[in-house]
Amino acid sequence: MTLHNGKLLALCVVTVIVLFGLQFVLPPYLTLALTRILILSVFAMGYNMLMGYTGLLSLGHAMFFAAGLYAAGLSTYYWGVTLPVAFVLGIVGAFAVSLVIGLLALRTQAVSFMIVTLMFAQAGYLMTLQFTNITGGDQGLTLPTDARSFGLFGMVVDMTSDTARFNLALLIFTVVLAVLFAITQGPLGRLFVAVRENEPRTQMLGFDTYAIKLTAFTVSGTISGTAGALYGLMFGYIGSSFAGFQNSIEALLYTLIGGPGTLLGPLLGTAVMTMLIDRLSGITTAYLIVIGVLLIVVNLWFPKGILGTIRDRWLGWLK
Amino acid sequence: MMDLAPYLLLAGLEGLVMASVLMLTALGLSLVFGVMRVVNVAHGEFYMLGAVGAWACAQFVPGHPALAFCVALVVAPLLVGVLAYLADWAILKRINYDPEGTIVSTIGMLYIIQQLTLMSFGPDARAVDAPFYYTIRTPWFGYSSYKLFTVVMALVLVAGLWVMLKRSKWGLVMRATQFDRETAQNFGIPVNRVYSIVFAIGAMLAAIGGVLVVPNQQAHYLMGGDPLLLSFVVVIVGGLGSIPGTIAAAILIGMSDGLLSVFFSPTAAKIFSTLLVAFVLVFKPEGLFGRSNRV
Repeated sequence: MTLHNGKLLALCVVTVIVLFGLQFVLPPYLTLALTRILILSVFAMGYNMLMGYTGLLSLGHAMFFAAGLYAAGLSTYYWGVTLPVAFVLGIVGAFAVSLVIGLLALRTQAVSFMIVTLMFAQAGYLMTLQFTNITGGDQGLTLPTDARSFGLFGMVVDMTSDTARFNLALLIFTVVLAVLFAITQGPLGRLFVAVRENEPRTQMLGFDTYAIKLTAFTVSGTISGTAGALYGLMFGYIGSSFAGFQNSIEALLYTLIGGPGTLLGPLLGTAVMTMLIDRLSGITTAYLIVIGVLLIVVNLWFPKGILGTIRDRWLGWLK
Repeated sequence: MMDLAPYLLLAGLEGLVMASVLMLTALGLSLVFGVMRVVNVAHGEFYMLGAVGAWACAQFVPGHPALAFCVALVVAPLLVGVLAYLADWAILKRINYDPEGTIVSTIGMLYIIQQLTLMSFGPDARAVDAPFYYTIRTPWFGYSSYKLFTVVMALVLVAGLWVMLKRSKWGLVMRATQFDRETAQNFGIPVNRVYSIVFAIGAMLAAIGGVLVVPNQQAHYLMGGDPLLLSFVVVIVGGLGSIPGTIAAAILIGMSDGLLSVFFSPTAAKIFSTLLVAFVLVFKPEGLFGRSNRV
């Protein structure tokens, strides 16, 4: 296999090394914040796969995040499965949901696609409220203490330890980054971009664009669900708010800010936005207004995001 | 069977009131989509602003509640219309009404309007007095005449909108823009002005819905979500951009939503509505009634 885009690979490796090193420098509070950023950027990276690379703007990715969260969380809460098994079940759950929703939603295009994904996600959110006796609804469920640690290969990993959480999050982040690097910089990624740039032309060249879009959709949903499963198990809490509209919008915003269609954009966008929201929510309860303003401003004047702008101006390989 | 009649009558009346307000908000959404080919996600917030505007008028206009109501019915939609006109000028025009960009921008507007209302109006639900309190007696129960008045108001407004679209010069200009934007422009129709005005009229229809509903239901900064969802259901089930389809769907959905909420739960009714929108768009994008273009 030939290696495409060695510069980007080098940048990814450096990024992971720097992230690993940060835990020795940062105070515990920021390490915890960085753990959240890593998990949420996996979510945004999943979102970016569909929105940035394939050009399909979904308004319902909270549904996949929540599918992973609930499949993992509920299976450990009710059946007491170990955390690694629950994590895998979360990924499988998100895969199943994204495949089924993709089969349906991809029959539509553009605005219809956005509304259909929004409506399916809204139905999913409402279902978590409708079946409150199982999901805990708005209040959510806190995972029992025996679901807060697991043994793997003779090691006991404690989910209440900040260091364990950070390194586990970094590990999953790195694996997802590697998978996405392989996909986006390889032939499949080119097909995704071909669909984004000109779908009829791709079709005319003999490719089955529905299958390409379904692949992108499923990969995207599964990665988003992986983030959900990780979030639920790591912080020991599952609740309806993760399935809500705002969660979908945040994934969209992280991707938009960082740069849609760039591999590291979602990480940057998530970092910038979560730090910003963290600061603001200390000042005002109406911090959501910032999300509103940014959605409009970025869309008006900054549609390529931070890394997208850098790519177009200076570094063409940053994709 | 005799015992069921009053319940059915009551449910029918409530459904009718709901359907009439829904008809106004959904027509606003439908008009904007029909002429401009964009989806306004902030539509429910214009409805909420109408309701909050009615509350503000009730605070500042002294005397009989009917006076405040009449003032609100004029002032609140006008202010909302101006706001929508400005939003169109400041944002939507600049992204050239790109369909996806418009959705993202109107989501931004939704958050801004909602949070500004939270900061000024506050988190509490607030009641507004009805302009009059006459109760209509039926053999089984008394029914608020104000609610029936909202039905009449809605019908009058929809009839007015219909006449304006079909008979007036402005209606002709709007229909021409809807039919073919470029040809309309070639014939000297100021398409950009038409877009701004249509966006404002759409928002005003939602705001009037909010003013009418607030004596029955308290004003709250999050009240825009349900009418947005139901308007979506109506517009999509009725066929995007089709006015007769929208009216028929509003009656159907308004009546059935109340019944579903009673027999199951409001959440179950909403699950049904959201899935209905999704499946209609996936399998029958022209709507269940209309024969309009797909999105």
